[in-house]
Amino acid sequence: MAEEILLSARGLTKRFGDLTAVDGVDFAVHKGESFGFLGPNGAGKSSTMRMVGAVSPVTAGELRIFGQDPATHGPQIRARLGVVPQQDQLDQELTVEENMWVYGRYFGLSRAQVRERAVELLAFAQLTERAKDRVEPLSGGMKRRLTIARALISTPEMLLLDEPTTGLDPQARHLLWDRLFRLKRQGVTLILTTHYMDEAEQLCDRLVVMDHGRIVAEGSPQALIRQHSTREVLELRFDADDHAEFGTKIAGIGQRIEVLPDRLLVYAEDGDEAAAGVHDRGIQPLSSLVRRSTLEDVFLHLTGRTLVD
Amino acid sequence: MTGAPMSTEVFTARGDHGPRPPLAARERIGAVTGYLLLVYRRTLRGTIISTFVSPLFFLLAMGIGLGSLIDERTGGLGGVPYLQFVVPAIVAMQTMWLAMFEATYPVMDYIKWSKLYDSMLATPLRVRDILVGHIGSIAGRLVVATAVFMLVASLFGGFATWGALWCLPIAVLTGLAFTVPIFGFTATQDNEDGFTILFRLIATPLMLFSGTFFPIDQLPAWMQPLAWVTPLWHGVESSRMVALGTVDPPWLALHLGVLLAFVLVAWVLCERALTRRLVK
Repeated sequence: MAEEILLSARGLTKRFGDLTAVDGVDFAVHKGESFGFLGPNGAGKSSTMRMVGAVSPVTAGELRIFGQDPATHGPQIRARLGVVPQQDQLDQELTVEENMWVYGRYFGLSRAQVRERAVELLAFAQLTERAKDRVEPLSGGMKRRLTIARALISTPEMLLLDEPTTGLDPQARHLLWDRLFRLKRQGVTLILTTHYMDEAEQLCDRLVVMDHGRIVAEGSPQALIRQHSTREVLELRFDADDHAEFGTKIAGIGQRIEVLPDRLLVYAEDGDEAAAGVHDRGIQPLSSLVRRSTLEDVFLHLTGRTLVD
Repeated sequence: MTGAPMSTEVFTARGDHGPRPPLAARERIGAVTGYLLLVYRRTLRGTIISTFVSPLFFLLAMGIGLGSLIDERTGGLGGVPYLQFVVPAIVAMQTMWLAMFEATYPVMDYIKWSKLYDSMLATPLRVRDILVGHIGSIAGRLVVATAVFMLVASLFGGFATWGALWCLPIAVLTGLAFTVPIFGFTATQDNEDGFTILFRLIATPLMLFSGTFFPIDQLPAWMQPLAWVTPLWHGVESSRMVALGTVDPPWLALHLGVLLAFVLVAWVLCERALTRRLVK
């Protein structure tokens, strides 16, 4: 049986006046899949997400969510979506559980239903003890978990997360990833945007890399790395203002060299061998580090820029 | 997470996967007003001070302080004690201030700062549901604030007849004739700077020159037409008519018609402005 497609876009375009935020992108997401949009700020991820959330009208192209057109079936589509926006959009003056109840009512759930779901979901989000507290003094991570719990109140079939962990500390991020991973295992389709490659690697079965409103690559994280990068990367730092001159000195080592303002990246199947090659030429870096290739390297290769710039 | 049950119906239950039954208008609007009711409950104390105490000050200062002086010298305005002249006008005027507060900063907050309107629009709700729900809630607030003020004013002898009970619906209509246009104005503003102008250059002169504290025929002739085109004068005049038992039916109909026209025309513009602001 072919997997059910929940979301599909063909030539999807969003323009704001003269600015083209999303420039004719194609993608399809299957049921139960975890799908990511990776790209730097301004790549068009959030604009895409708002169109997928059936709140922002499509300028051109075709978009189908649950097989329906958001232009004509907005409320019907939104009834089946859970949305975690970039900014939490919580009522800071109300309590944690009040925020849950209020939101559930927007989906037409009864008072009894929202109370019952709120108890379950606050336990899931590890916020049970804060249920009766006001939202305002909660930590960023707690507010984020509350926003996710709130988005789940209507038992959505597809959860949209716009930069779910931006601005959170590492511990809060890991806790959040764990919760999202559990949702994925429960069969919820996750669609997320991020500019963190580690987040994309952790959470996404498949992702597209976006830049300037276009999709520049698509595949699973492993496949993208295989296709666009080498197995390992040697990072070299020198005591110099301009790393470019060292770039020419080590030319020929590894498969490819990328010059960044603060370091050199040598792409090679074997990083230690490349490091030995540098040493053999009598060049002494301040530091040298061998690591595995990441999506960041894929992005750098495809666009010539780092993700978070 | 429950799976979609086998069913011959087109829709599943609201909390289940699959196409879900649409919400009735009553449910959509009720969800918005239900939220705002929670907000109002939480901010009750601050609200009492801002919406009730200040008209009470006017009642004491103008109605009783200034009023006793006027009554002593002239025997009242046209035979009416000044208190009873001014109280129905204050009833109408306080709705303007309430509208000024309710349709500016809180609306800007939901649009821009907390973005709670965006969170509502991510659900089956639509812009119109938000507008009806929010303005309906403000109307509810106008009813409560006006009723409480009228009760207190009546204890001071502010009303001459039982007809004054009609001041309540008239005040709510007056309040809406301010709420809806201001709501629309807020939807077009990038930040709160415009509100200062609204408060200082519009609300304050309106309060002073709309026949609230003295009849507008005391104003220079060129200023009188300005009063005619603002909602407050129509609210004040109709409120005063019903309270003093001096109803002139064609005039009352005209005043109420103008107020209603303000609400309806502004509604169309307001909905357009809010849609443009939120649906991008």
